[in-house]
Amino acid sequence: MNLEKVIFGFFIILAFTLNFGFFLGEIDNPAHHNVYELFAAIVVNVVATALKLGDRTQTGALLLASSLVAVLQLIAAAVVWGYATHVHAGGMDAMFMASIVSLAGGAMVANLISVLLLIADTVALRR
Amino acid sequence: MPPTINKVLFLFLRRMRPPLLALTAAYSVSVIGLVLIPGVDDQGEPWRMDFFHAFYFVTYMATTIGFGEIPHAFTEAQRMWTVFAVYLSVVAWLYAIGKILALIQDPAFRLAVSQHAFDRTIRKLERPFHIVCGYGDTGALVVRSLLGRNGFAVVIDHNPDRINELVLEDYAVQIPGLCADASVANRLLDAGLLNPHCQGVVALTSDDAVNLRIAIAARLINPDRPVICRAESHDTEKNMASFGTDQIINPFVIFGQRLALALHSPAHHLLHEWLGNLPGSPLPMPIDPPSGRWILCGFGRFGKAVHAGLTQEGVEVTLVETDPEGADCPPGCIEGRGTEADTLRKAGIESASGIVAGTGRDDYNLSIVMTARELNPELFMVGRQNHESNSLLFGAADLPLVMRHDRVIAEAILAHLTSPLLPRFLDLSRAQSTEWANEQVSAITAVVGDRVPAIWTEQLDEASAPALLKHLEHEPVTLGQLLRADHPERQRHACIVLLLRREGGSPDILAPADDTPLQPGDHMLFCGRFASALTISHSLRDPHALRYLLTGEDSPEGWFCRALRAARGQAA
Repeated sequence: MNLEKVIFGFFIILAFTLNFGFFLGEIDNPAHHNVYELFAAIVVNVVATALKLGDRTQTGALLLASSLVAVLQLIAAAVVWGYATHVHAGGMDAMFMASIVSLAGGAMVANLISVLLLIADTVALRR
Repeated sequence: MPPTINKVLFLFLRRMRPPLLALTAAYSVSVIGLVLIPGVDDQGEPWRMDFFHAFYFVTYMATTIGFGEIPHAFTEAQRMWTVFAVYLSVVAWLYAIGKILALIQDPAFRLAVSQHAFDRTIRKLERPFHIVCGYGDTGALVVRSLLGRNGFAVVIDHNPDRINELVLEDYAVQIPGLCADASVANRLLDAGLLNPHCQGVVALTSDDAVNLRIAIAARLINPDRPVICRAESHDTEKNMASFGTDQIINPFVIFGQRLALALHSPAHHLLHEWLGNLPGSPLPMPIDPPSGRWILCGFGRFGKAVHAGLTQEGVEVTLVETDPEGADCPPGCIEGRGTEADTLRKAGIESASGIVAGTGRDDYNLSIVMTARELNPELFMVGRQNHESNSLLFGAADLPLVMRHDRVIAEAILAHLTSPLLPRFLDLSRAQSTEWANEQVSAITAVVGDRVPAIWTEQLDEASAPALLKHLEHEPVTLGQLLRADHPERQRHACIVLLLRREGGSPDILAPADDTPLQPGDHMLFCGRFASALTISHSLRDPHALRYLLTGEDSPEGWFCRALRAARGQAA
């Protein structure tokens, strides 16, 4: 067992599960989506991206690309959240919540691809 | 993506992984702490910082900007956490910045960056160039003269100091230099051996074995490109010749041949010197070595070559050598260094007419020359200069002929790089009479004055002379017309044609006369001022310039003016 692989896999899968947890619930109901979960998802995604830096293989490049997509989508969701609560006069409403959750949903697809790539890579190594 | 970009980028990314992780950790811990710790607002009501404000606060706190406690004054608990977060995040930033600076300073990273820059230069190179391996005295001369003859070079040298010299040299353009071992075939590829603009490889390192390896690699990888090699031992020379190295330059043999030529016919020697010399330098003065008895000090590689040259011309030679047995001297050799007066007297200096100071050390050579001058001021003296740094001393010694082997190599290489016609011309001219050589010398003097002339070639083909080819279909053009020799009132171009090579295997014409008709496919070797080269090649290409050259008439270029002129012509 390789400790590096464990940490790597841990962060990639955690990024996906946290993202999934945040995504779960009615799309426009703010009560179903926790801001702490979004924060955790962003942090774990950034860490996963940093871990993927500098891998020269084809799979490594694809993993990095999907992570960058996920981070970008999640940060966009966080910016929308910040705009809705602090800048928008009416505060958080169903429309903002729906767009935040859909952005996070997009990030989740990217994270799912990351996880699938990781699995595919591992299976290929086994032969 | 080319591999080197990958290398630089991935090296950077891989090294940036720990600092980025540290920063992410420091930021997220600080933010989550601020969000979780309860505070109070300005009315004293319980209040919790949200993520937006926490991130805002951490952003300016971590970079030590410090706008203050925003949006409400902090509680004691929040301040405690802030103290912790300040140290955490500032240390994380220092660590990250330190890593980036260390990476930029890292020799491996800098090597990768400079290699990447070199590769990019080579890939973008859009002009013909030569690969010059070895940037010593000779290499520098070759590069300088290549630039002087409108060429370009890429330099490989294993010594980083030499590459730095190359960067600091005041060339008009930046010459790309690679610090690497040229005998590794991959480095030749890096330097653009397979680039379509590569014109050839010049191996000039001071090590014969390295030159040999370069020659082999270049011949195997790109057999179409000529390889020119420096070789100082006969074994290497033979070895290189065995697999078809195009030109092998042995400076000692070349110098021996030159000296023989000077003894044979000073005019021929002068012609050689003028055409082979580095362009732009002052014209060498004519020399007239005497044919009496010569003394030759030092019988090494240089001495042997000079000895061969002198005896070939039937000159009697007295040898002076410290180790006659070891140097394999012919009988009758005087033992000694030649720096002492009694050795020279023993060699019969009073009755000799020439002396060659040809040892491997400059101080000995200078000493020989000075002693000999005192004993017999009438002597014709030839000195061998081994190091470029002693130029001043050899200049002050005022010798009629100095052999600098870096110069000899550079000139020989230049002759081959300039045009294959030039060595051909020199070969053919050797068979001509002294009168003929004198005529050529005065013709060259008439066009160039006191500087070494530029040498260039012109080919009458579709690419470089479309206008002339079109004109030749209707009307013959002579060489004289091209050189503007036919109109006495117009100034003749400041150049002469040394050699004309016809297409289809007819013999080359040496110094063609003005009334020689031009034919498609002709190859001409010019000698003169470089300014005329540009004018002539322009008139070969441009129909209007050609018409002006042939008729002296400035014809209108545009459709309207042509129509106007035609109408006026009809009216008249």
